[in-house]
Amino acid sequence: MSRILLKEYLSPNVVQIEIEAPLIARKRKAGHFVIVKIGTEGERIPLTIAKADIDKGSITLIVQKVGVTSHKLASLNVGDEVTDVVGPLGNPTHIEKVGTVLCAGGGVGIAPLLPIVEALHDAGNKVISILAARNKDLLILENEIRSHSDEVIIMTDDGSYGTKGLVTVGMEEVFKNQKIDFCVTIGPAIMMKFTSLVSKKYNVPTMASLNAIMVDGTGMCGACRVSVGGKIKFVCVDGPEFNAFDVDFDELLMRLGGYKNEEEQHYREQLSK
Amino acid sequence: MATDNTSNQKELRDQEWRRELKKSVSAKDRTNIVRVKMPEVDPQERIKSNVEVNSGITAEMAVVEAKRCLDCPDPECIKGCPVGVDIPGFIKCIEAGEFLKAAAAIKKNNVFPSVCGRVCPQEIQCEARCIYTTKLKKEPVAIGYLERFAADYENHSGHISVPEITQRNHVKVAVIGSGPAGLAAAGDLVKYGYDVTVFEALHEFGGVLKYGIPEFRLPNQIIDLEINNLKRMGVTFVKNIIAGRTLTFDDLRQDGFRAFFVGSGAGLPNFMNIPGENFNGVLSSNEYLTRVNLMGAAKKDHDTPVFFGKRVAVIGGGNTAMDSVRTAKRLGAEKAMIIYRRSFTEMPARKEEIRHAQEEGIEFLNLHNPLEYYADEKGHVNRIKLQRMELSDPDASGRRKPVAIPGSEFIIEADLVIVAIGVSPNPLIPQSMPDLHVSKYGTIEVDSEKMESNVSGMFAGGDIVRGGATVILAMGDGRRAAKGIHEYLSRQ
Ligand SMILES: Cc1cc2nc3c(=O)[nH]c(=O)nc-3n(C[C@H](O)[C@H](O)[C@H](O)COP(=O)(O)OP(=O)(O)OC[C@H]3O[C@@H](n4cnc5c(N)ncnc54)[C@H](O)[C@@H]3O)c2cc1C
Ligand SMILES: Cc1cc2nc3c(=O)[nH]c(=O)nc-3n(C[C@H](O)[C@H](O)[C@H](O)COP(=O)(O)OP(=O)(O)OC[C@H]3O[C@@H](n4cnc5c(N)ncnc54)[C@H](O)[C@@H]3O)c2cc1C
Ligand code: SF4
Ligand code: SF4
Ligand code: FES
Repeated sequence: MSRILLKEYLSPNVVQIEIEAPLIARKRKAGHFVIVKIGTEGERIPLTIAKADIDKGSITLIVQKVGVTSHKLASLNVGDEVTDVVGPLGNPTHIEKVGTVLCAGGGVGIAPLLPIVEALHDAGNKVISILAARNKDLLILENEIRSHSDEVIIMTDDGSYGTKGLVTVGMEEVFKNQKIDFCVTIGPAIMMKFTSLVSKKYNVPTMASLNAIMVDGTGMCGACRVSVGGKIKFVCVDGPEFNAFDVDFDELLMRLGGYKNEEEQHYREQLSK
Repeated sequence: MATDNTSNQKELRDQEWRRELKKSVSAKDRTNIVRVKMPEVDPQERIKSNVEVNSGITAEMAVVEAKRCLDCPDPECIKGCPVGVDIPGFIKCIEAGEFLKAAAAIKKNNVFPSVCGRVCPQEIQCEARCIYTTKLKKEPVAIGYLERFAADYENHSGHISVPEITQRNHVKVAVIGSGPAGLAAAGDLVKYGYDVTVFEALHEFGGVLKYGIPEFRLPNQIIDLEINNLKRMGVTFVKNIIAGRTLTFDDLRQDGFRAFFVGSGAGLPNFMNIPGENFNGVLSSNEYLTRVNLMGAAKKDHDTPVFFGKRVAVIGGGNTAMDSVRTAKRLGAEKAMIIYRRSFTEMPARKEEIRHAQEEGIEFLNLHNPLEYYADEKGHVNRIKLQRMELSDPDASGRRKPVAIPGSEFIIEADLVIVAIGVSPNPLIPQSMPDLHVSKYGTIEVDSEKMESNVSGMFAGGDIVRGGATVILAMGDGRRAAKGIHEYLSRQ
């Protein structure tokens, strides 16, 4: 059981919650995630640890409401308990000083990007961050990203804030104007597919953090498998970060839709209660 | 383990009451009794729910079956049992109507008889060595049924013998994993007087007994009962802790843990690496069974989804394959098939499970192997390309290898495919302990007597050492390791 200490909406659909998890806070590194389950009938879902506070013994999760479990989590209040939280899971991001790094985050993908931006910056890299959202209201964590970046570019689909256009447009601009040594991309699978095509065009090594569907998160079930370089990899124990050029994003996209009908039906049933 | 007990077992057999009992019925009359039949729920009825298939034998049936046992002077059956249960010893207690004593006699060697009586492959262990099988060419004494009977009787009697632990030494020992290996180790360690904590990565205790083996073979309530007994004996259980991650072994040492037993199991499912295997609707048996058994995916109010396949193909011939295909049938499959590349004779699943599956209308496509999966436009599997196989002549080791028959490929329809071709050891712990010696298969290397690894104070057993074995072997390992840990800590 982990008690909720703070809760705040970052955008209409994205909620930030800080929960008690002293053991996980001590061990967490950038790139790690936890598995969360709510109630005895709950499902297990993976969420990145966006921040951790060792002194307070807490971790912060940033959740986008997409289906039953994320809604359940968002509906809990300060003082409520999250039934099960386990982690840290996955491999931490390999952080190294390489020079100039471009970090591209889309939607709620900005949450897992934050600790990586922070770590890359602390390691002495020049960090350029591109944050993309459909519109101004959906943009999250801008200030936090700014405080660890040398430069921040904002892209919105509708032009309500920053520059109008997709994240890839912003990336092209950067690649054209300066030498980038490494690129990190986190967001919806479809976004990562196209961002890695752009960085491939400019020959910049790129890492993507994959958001496969998971059950246990410990390597036991294989639900999270993806093809990377033609081989089966389990996102939870082999990832979640992979060389973006090797990832079969079309397969990932297809697998993400795997339980769509079942999830949607259950969502409607839960709503009608 | 068996040898420690032989002299003791002989002594017990020479007791007055045992000799009297033996004389009371002639050997001829004993061997003329027909083996008891396990009452089973009707196949058409049982496939509608998760009800346990084997209902258990009654006390009257147990006493009659116990009479069949000849109380052999040199009982071979015991040698067939990996933990050396005093088989005639407990069976004669049943014949004498002393059911609680029977349970106590089993528990000297086997801490969870209600589990083993249900899931041990008796037909290749104890019952295979029974004199009825080897010499008399009759059906063996139903050792497993009797074991289950005694254990269930005790569990329902309200007189479960929970050993009182008087001598506590306040030395902390950590058990990693709550599968049968970890539970058995915890049970013995707490009896030696240690302060035992079991750490489990998942949100429930029991390992494969909970998330793998379905309720229709092993009801969860039985495992919970055993876990509660351990709690009453003073074992602490902590869930949602991944040893090596949430708490490293250094953390645990700092917290005062002086020795470790790792029973982390064989977690990683294998795939065949054939085209189409990543389509939706193709899943590992671990995923399928975990969704259904651990997450309650088939129940209305549970959030985890599962595919309710109409035409389900399960690849493999082991227990896991049988459990998956029978689960699919219970979840409404119209056609549920086993696809196995060898024949019935080579199937590793328990004979009883194969028979039960047949009764439930499972189809067996033996001597078939999948080559490729196809999917609809949404990426959901809809067809399988299969190849027919034949068995080669036995090679030097006597094994008959399956060989493909060229040109025999054909296509069948399936909307759910469950791959049950084995598992590899869970890499999480070896990954977090670079010094630990691990075999090329990823299993932890231990000396086979004390189950001690190369890292001081670290012991291991069960599937993480054997790479996929049985419940009773895992329990045996846990108990041997507990003894090893006790010796190790006593030396310190
Ligand atoms: C390593 C990792 C880290 C993640 N970190 C975060 C995070 O920090 N914040 C966050 O909001 N989300 C994160 N996710 C995604 C998050 O796990 C899913 O959004 C969540 O499982 C959805 O659960 P649900 O019950 O609310 O929705 P569901 O009812 O399960 O799904 C609703 C819809 O979303 C789709 N969907 C299901 N799972 C995923 C998924 N993993 N990714 C994308 N779409 C999915 C379904 O097909 C369905 O259409 C992460 C995923 C992974 C693998
Ligand atoms: C479907 C199925 C059917 C089977 N049927 C039979 C049968 O009929 N008869 C039979 O004898 N055998 C059967 N087996 C095999 C038997 O279940 C296993 O051999 C046995 O469970 C192994 O026990 P274990 O304690 O080594 O591991 P497991 O039962 O696998 O338990 C390991 C536990 O450790 C936990 N864990 C792993 N890593 C960590 C970590 N780092 N920190 C904390 N916890 C961790 C896991 O979550 C798990 O709960 C079957 C197996 C399956 C999958
Ligand atoms: S523990 Fe298993 S092998 Fe041993 S006697 Fe019991 S059923 Fe037979
Ligand atoms: S071998 Fe068979 S008959 Fe003999 S003691 Fe064992 S169970 Fe009884
Ligand atoms: S989530 Fe089960 S193996 Fe990765």
